[in-house]
Amino acid sequence: MADQILQFLLTGITVGATYALVALGFAIIYNASDVVNFAQGEFVMIGAMSAVALSAGDGGLPMPVALLLAVLITVGVGVLLQRFAIAPARGASVVTTIIITIGASIFLRGVALLVWGKDIFALPAFSGDAPIHIGQATLLPQNLWVMGGAGLMVLGVHWFFGHTTIGKAVLACSCNRTAAHLVGINVGLMMLIAYGLSAFLGAMAGVLVAPITFTSYDAGVMLGLKGFAAAILGGMGNPMGAVAGGLLLGLIESLSAGLISSGYKDAIGFVILLLVLFFRPSGLFGRASVERV
Amino acid sequence: MKRLRGLFLLTLLVVILPLLFPDNYYVTVVAVSAALHAILAVGLNLLMGYAGLISLGHAAFFGIGAYTSGIVTTRFGLDPWSAMAAGMLLTGTIAFVMARPILRLKGHYLAMATLGLGIIVQIVLVQTEELTGGPDGLGGIPPLSLFGWEVDSDLRWYMLMSAVMLLVVWLALNIIDSRSGRALRALHGSEVAAEMMGIDTTVTKTGVFVVAALSASLAGSLFAHQQAFISPDSFNFFFSIELVTMVVLGGMASTFGAVFGAFVLTFLPELLVIFEDYEVMIFGAILMLMMIFLPQGLFVGLRDLLRRLLQQQRAPAPAPVVPAGEDKHDAA
Repeated sequence: MADQILQFLLTGITVGATYALVALGFAIIYNASDVVNFAQGEFVMIGAMSAVALSAGDGGLPMPVALLLAVLITVGVGVLLQRFAIAPARGASVVTTIIITIGASIFLRGVALLVWGKDIFALPAFSGDAPIHIGQATLLPQNLWVMGGAGLMVLGVHWFFGHTTIGKAVLACSCNRTAAHLVGINVGLMMLIAYGLSAFLGAMAGVLVAPITFTSYDAGVMLGLKGFAAAILGGMGNPMGAVAGGLLLGLIESLSAGLISSGYKDAIGFVILLLVLFFRPSGLFGRASVERV
Repeated sequence: MKRLRGLFLLTLLVVILPLLFPDNYYVTVVAVSAALHAILAVGLNLLMGYAGLISLGHAAFFGIGAYTSGIVTTRFGLDPWSAMAAGMLLTGTIAFVMARPILRLKGHYLAMATLGLGIIVQIVLVQTEELTGGPDGLGGIPPLSLFGWEVDSDLRWYMLMSAVMLLVVWLALNIIDSRSGRALRALHGSEVAAEMMGIDTTVTKTGVFVVAALSASLAGSLFAHQQAFISPDSFNFFFSIELVTMVVLGGMASTFGAVFGAFVLTFLPELLVIFEDYEVMIFGAILMLMMIFLPQGLFVGLRDLLRRLLQQQRAPAPAPVVPAGEDKHDAA
């Protein structure tokens, strides 16, 4: 039993690490522009699918180059999304921006469908498939890649916002746009950086997890929803809360799939999310919003 | 009767269409779906447009209504009308119980909670196989009959569905102009201010949530009997999003906007079929572009534009542009 639990925990952390990266992307965009970006899952899909497309076949690029290019493509998509879909609609209501990003996600899915079709693709594992044994539990090398990669990325984001001028400038924009503008920060550019960074995190999640879960043109939908759920669970607008929410959601799902029922695992995740919201309406680590009268 | 002018126009349109094109696929098939979507959108619009409460899980109530009708008629042999009532009773109860904790949430948290509710219901529909038939769906749902008049042809469904749609539109218009409707709009403006005016905001919010859920359940029952076969896919997250899009596309806080949005979003995919592989992409692009350039919605946007043009013609002197009646809600 203990070994089984260990196995579930390991799986849960791997899945949770992916959710954490997507949730982190949600939180960054939300902080920077007050937009919940429903196209976040599409970043994951585009990253994974481009990596597959670039590295596949005889004429395919070597893996590291393909991964780098795939991530860059996704960052480009994120920047374009901000520039041509979000920026022109500034000042629109919450629901309107939600529909715009949903439109964007449908559009990106449509493009992926056109380019890659409906097939399911797999990316080769980064360093072999030989399982690692921990007691009775097993782990694939790729799981370590996911955990390590995600951990590194989270630390990087933490450092970026805390210790770099650009990171602090992005934060300043999310605190007060006008004030940021007044002290000479290029608000438009900071928005592009925030979207680019968010797309980068999504793409990284995509390429890291693609060898385990495979990928297809609609792989981003559920991941996007889970990422949103994780961000809300942690408290929207709190990046580290989003990471914690992601890990927690991954663990909940993995444990309930193993111990209760795999069919209901998503439902249990959302039930727990609802319960958390009922008792803490601003998520686990979010600050209660005060309504201005 | 100025208030109901729009309803008369809509009724006229509904009556004339099948007379002009009795065998047209777009009238007898697509328009029936559009009318069904309009029932759902009008209900959701009360919640989103007037009370300002977003719901990304409205398909759940639609699904509970449909499955109650389907299960009760096929497995317990009840007649469709009692089944419909049972569905509305069940949906209403669930909405009533869920309303209080869910509607305490605001903004994106509310969006997430309703989205979660929708996903939970969908998973339950898939998993309770012995009752719902699981992912394979539930078939053999009997058709409706009204005092011996079998609703068995496309044209008859057109009549029934449009009649229900007109009824729901009429009810919605009346609710909006009633005391509770004014309470709703006050709530949207500012919850604190509404409370100061003596409005019980919890009761008002719960009420509108239940009403929206009931109309969705009614639509669900009609859908089940019309299709004779239902599967969980019809009630998933995407359908909830589609409903929200109908409301926003038409223009929030406009009942006819919601009807308009439902029709546009039902006909658009039918028309985009000619683009084959490009269909999904073009649909997404159209959605984005419309929301970027007409954020107040297609119906409201076009109507305001028309009004301004008419006003300019009537008064050649540069008259100040009077904002349309519903603009003040959008500002909130």
